[in-house]
Amino acid sequence: MILPRLALRNLLGAGLKTWLNVVVLSFSFVVIIWSQGLYKGMGDQARVAQTDAEFGGGQYWQEKYDPFDPLTLQDAHAAIPESLQTKIEKGEAAPILISQATIYPEGRLQTILMKGIDPAQSVVNLPTRFLDQENEDLPVLIGTRMAKNTGLKIGDTVTVRWRDVQGTFDARDAKIVQIMKTNVPTVDQAQIWVPLDKLQALTRMENEASLVILAQDTREFPQTSGWIHKDMDFLLKDINTLVKTKQVGGSIIYIILLALAMLAIFNTQVLSIFRRRKEMGTLMSLGMTRGKIIQLFTMEGAMHSVLAAVVAAIYGIPLLLSFAKKGWAMPQAMDDYGIALGEVLFPVYGTGLVIGTTVLILLVTTIVSFLPTRKIAKLKPTDALRGKMT
Amino acid sequence: MDNSYLIKTDELVKIFPMGKSKITALNHVNLQFKKAEFSGLVGPSGSGKTTLLNIVGSLDSPTEGSATVMGRKIEDLSHKQGAELRNRHIGFIFQTFNLLPVYTVFENVEFPLLLLGLSAQERKKKVMKALEWVQLADRVKSKPAQLSGGESQRVAIARAVVKEPKIILADEPTANLDAENSHNILRTLEKINRELETTFIFATHDEKVIRYLRRKITLIDGKVARDEVFENPVGKGEGQ
Ligand SMILES: Nc1ncnc2c1ncn2[C@@H]1O[C@H](COP(=O)(O)OP(=O)(O)OP(=O)(O)O)[C@@H](O)[C@H]1O
Ligand SMILES: [Mg+2]
Repeated sequence: MILPRLALRNLLGAGLKTWLNVVVLSFSFVVIIWSQGLYKGMGDQARVAQTDAEFGGGQYWQEKYDPFDPLTLQDAHAAIPESLQTKIEKGEAAPILISQATIYPEGRLQTILMKGIDPAQSVVNLPTRFLDQENEDLPVLIGTRMAKNTGLKIGDTVTVRWRDVQGTFDARDAKIVQIMKTNVPTVDQAQIWVPLDKLQALTRMENEASLVILAQDTREFPQTSGWIHKDMDFLLKDINTLVKTKQVGGSIIYIILLALAMLAIFNTQVLSIFRRRKEMGTLMSLGMTRGKIIQLFTMEGAMHSVLAAVVAAIYGIPLLLSFAKKGWAMPQAMDDYGIALGEVLFPVYGTGLVIGTTVLILLVTTIVSFLPTRKIAKLKPTDALRGKMT
Repeated sequence: MDNSYLIKTDELVKIFPMGKSKITALNHVNLQFKKAEFSGLVGPSGSGKTTLLNIVGSLDSPTEGSATVMGRKIEDLSHKQGAELRNRHIGFIFQTFNLLPVYTVFENVEFPLLLLGLSAQERKKKVMKALEWVQLADRVKSKPAQLSGGESQRVAIARAVVKEPKIILADEPTANLDAENSHNILRTLEKINRELETTFIFATHDEKVIRYLRRKITLIDGKVARDEVFENPVGKGEGQ
């Protein structure tokens, strides 16, 4: 149909005003795609990091295990079931035993979790091989956050105190053999990693574990009594919710930007419908119906978004790509988000995001452009020709 | 329905509500126009000339009575059917030219053909022909703002003529033009009338226009006061 062509001509004919609207709208385009891409990248990065370091391909939890309730930890251990044991022997799973403990760095008291892991495991990406030290009584691996909080350094010795299976206190000097740098706070903060067999012996929980991490390519999940399979959806739920919350919070900026652009376009439409009545009358005299004129004016307004998409592409693509490549350096405080974020965030712009944003903006612009045109529906040709509004 | 008439009005009445009172702009008008007439409505300001043209052009509808144009009853046409009638069969020429400012001369003239859905090739042929009629073939790329009043009106004429309509309605086409431009345009319109057998109805005060008319209908207070026919109109003023 000819309407899009005419609409484009009219729009370009309006000159500077059009380009002002278009530029403002193009900002919305770029900011929406950039910020949503950033959140997407944040989520992806956190999911990958946490999957790598902690979740693996899903976990089995001893039925009493609840990471959010330290009081039950004492009872959250049991012998590893047969079906999981087979996986562990094949290197497709890694058991973790967790015990509450207290350490005394520099004479202060700190309650922590003591986590036992097989030094030879390769199921999660943690440098557990450093725990493989025959001549150390109790080698310990900690993360950088933990090291910072406690002031512990490699080679330091720290007293660890725990209760064994009967509830009897026991204590030992442990040696920091390695400090690992990780993006994942949940394998770092307020915890120490020790060899599984040592922890099992110290707590007298031989062959027991609190949870079992599966390898990432695990496809089969055997039924086990007393152990509950936690799939990735469950494990990643917190990250997904958090990213969503951040996304909603972050959208306020671009909703404001979009609202500004829409206001400008709405204003332009109202003005142009007010000013161009004679033109509408002429179009009617030439045989255009009111319906077609409404379409033409709506399209004119809506086409702001098409031009904005083009303009946004011109400066936005190089800009966004360079962000995607160089990343966005996160301030240190971002660690408090509580999810695994690297120091540099890499935005991810999916086709869905780009298409979704374009459709959203096109839709909103069309609605905003259409609203003022409804006045035309009641316009009499004679009044229009006289430059009068009915 | 009488087919020998292109346009026919029967007891045509147009009343405009004016606050609490009413204005009778047309008061039982009975007129017929045949093919290739070169006629004009004259009369004092407010006598109903424009109102009559608007109804014949399906831009407005009668309050009472009937107006039949090309076999269609204006009062029965939907908005869409009215638009269709204008698009196919009626060309308008306005006092204020009413060109579309963002389009070039070519595009302004092309516009009705776009609405008719003609191919680009046909459009170009017809537009150039129409622009040759008004001697503006060399100004195709100009914008309306770059044209003089006379040139603008010639573009408007080309736009009205380009689809070769049966009827052209011209409301005060020369009111914004000087004498030379007025004559120039009237000669062009007369030529179009002769060669294409287009029916013209003018509404005018302008003596220059009246001298060209072959039929002069005088309206007074919305009524037809006189309806005169001249055999050799241009000669009438200049030859004697
Ligand atoms: N839309 C309208 N609303 C109210 N009154 C109108 C309207 N259009 C025309 N009139 C009135 O109808 C009467 C006839 O108007 P019309 O425009 O047809 O006169 P005209 O003969 O064309 O006059 P002029 O020579 O000044 O152009 C006038 O009294 C005018 O005020
Ligand atoms: Mg008039």
